[in-house]
Amino acid sequence: MRVLFRKSYLQDIRLFRDGVQAAWYGGFLALALSAPLWLDGYFLDELALVYIYAIAGLGLMILTGFSGQVSFGQAAFVAIGAYAHTILMGRYGLPFVLSLPATALVAGLAGAAVGRVCSRMHGLYLAIATLSVAIVTERLLGGGGAFTGGHRGLPVPEMTILGLAMDDSWKTYLVNLTLFTGAILLTRNLLRTRSGRALIAVRDSEVSARALGVNVAFFKTWAFFLSAAFAGVAGAMLAHAFYYVTPEVFGMNESIRLLLMVVVGGLGTIHGAVFGAFFIVLLPTVLSLIKVWLPAAIAQSGGFDSLIFGLILLVFILFEPDGLYGRWQKVHHFFSVFPMYKKRGFQRQKTFLKTERLR
Amino acid sequence: MELLTIADVLQLLLVGLSQGCLYSLIAIGLVLVYKATEQVNFAQGEFMMMGAFVGYQFIVLMGLPYWLGVGLTLIVMGAFGYGIDALVVRRLTGQPVFTVFILTLALGIALRAVAGMIWGFGNYTLPAPIPGNLKIGPVVMAWSSILAILLTALISVGLYAFFRFSRHGAAMLALSQNQLAAFYMGIPVKRLTSVIWAMSAVFGACAGLLLAPITLVSTSMGFIGFKAFAGAIVGGFGSIPGAVAGCLLIGVTEPFFDIAFPTMKGIGAYLVMFAVLLIRPQGLLAQIHAKKV
Repeated sequence: MRVLFRKSYLQDIRLFRDGVQAAWYGGFLALALSAPLWLDGYFLDELALVYIYAIAGLGLMILTGFSGQVSFGQAAFVAIGAYAHTILMGRYGLPFVLSLPATALVAGLAGAAVGRVCSRMHGLYLAIATLSVAIVTERLLGGGGAFTGGHRGLPVPEMTILGLAMDDSWKTYLVNLTLFTGAILLTRNLLRTRSGRALIAVRDSEVSARALGVNVAFFKTWAFFLSAAFAGVAGAMLAHAFYYVTPEVFGMNESIRLLLMVVVGGLGTIHGAVFGAFFIVLLPTVLSLIKVWLPAAIAQSGGFDSLIFGLILLVFILFEPDGLYGRWQKVHHFFSVFPMYKKRGFQRQKTFLKTERLR
Repeated sequence: MELLTIADVLQLLLVGLSQGCLYSLIAIGLVLVYKATEQVNFAQGEFMMMGAFVGYQFIVLMGLPYWLGVGLTLIVMGAFGYGIDALVVRRLTGQPVFTVFILTLALGIALRAVAGMIWGFGNYTLPAPIPGNLKIGPVVMAWSSILAILLTALISVGLYAFFRFSRHGAAMLALSQNQLAAFYMGIPVKRLTSVIWAMSAVFGACAGLLLAPITLVSTSMGFIGFKAFAGAIVGGFGSIPGAVAGCLLIGVTEPFFDIAFPTMKGIGAYLVMFAVLLIRPQGLLAQIHAKKV
């Protein structure tokens, strides 16, 4: 077990805790950069998809994990991003390097508008309001006529960055990796700034945040803006990965899937978004490998995948509410204090309902 | 768009009313659970779907007489709701609301998959409780829609009387305010909570059986539950009269919206909800109050 000596306050907001941690993450980055050398095309595309989902997940993490605003509508902003990017590139001929920031801005502004409207809502009301944003957005895109291509959708133009055609798996992989690393650094940096701390204060107690002089409505809107901008970038990259955008891909179910993704990963942590993305992208692949060993009657039935997905979620919520990252922390703790690990250390407190509804 | 005649308007109003009553039946189940335990059941639509499928099993596949099948369905669904609380949801008592959101969402996904694996993912027909239509002048009304309206009215009045006059109703109200205090007063908190879940599943099953002749039985019929959510929110979540009023409002405006904007079919409910929430963020009959600093 390493002991950290605190010598200055700046130590609390350093990017990495110490050299060892920096070395670990540097190693991971090197591993990810070299992936095209030792992974074949299919798995490389899957890994790129993990990064895209992780970007969307990071956005949702800012909103739900750090600012405590439950959002069932993240897919709406992914959809807005995908469509904005496709239309800007395909119809108005904007180059990729301009279209991507513009897309982030468009999606972010849409998110800020929703956030401003929803800034007075809480809990369930917010959940249903954002859910209906997802449903309404899907319907509007479907009914948008020639502008959005209706239910038939739009073809996505080829990705070319500064004249370089991104026509190979490893090229798009590296683009996604760059964006993913950027998203992580942005999120990590956000948490080290004043506005990031304000977001967390809003999550932990709106009343005390307001008492400390945090402009709650502004920071809720800010969280929605950031989260939607991340989602927009993820949507743009997703559009390139799918070659074709249709409204159905970004429906309500996708929103719920994204939310469940960050929950499985571990709510309120950057690691959680990444772990969750690995889970949600690789689960179908793993399941199709398992299916070979199962009797055909179960494996061939259409509900098998979603049944397993639902059951895994149930198990996580009941037994490991901190998600994959929480489990990892426990394992890590077990070894770092070995043999002094106590199960009690992580036990959930027993609580009873005391309503806030009635005064 | 040509102008609607008075008969058309009446017809749409009645259709909307019966649809709104079906939403209310789902919403009543939601609000009951919320009132008692502050848990939000996102799987209520799936409870309704399960009710329709269990009814399909008894009435169509096993060929039982209609009303016997309905009785058995309600019993099975009651036991199902009781079991869901006793085995799964109870473990999360007192945890943050968000945890239960996720739990019930996951439950909904699992239930849809299970129903699909047992009965298949197609569309199935279930006979209407009372076949035929009632004609009053130019307006035509299916008997099952009338039944839906009557049943909703009956359940609303019954629940009002239950909470107002019965000992168990009072116990449930106590439970909803403070579980620990209710427990100290000798109220069997666990059992009562499960009974409330059973009641909510039974109301869901009623809605499913009434909805089945209209929309067909399928695994995706549970998505109507989200419209019931919208209705309950319009009314102010946590109040039964509010939920019924909200669902009726949404049900009645929906057919008119669909006729006015055919390309935007199906989102009228959510737009109405947004409009209401913009003006009153706590719904029409507010149940949650912002903390004063």
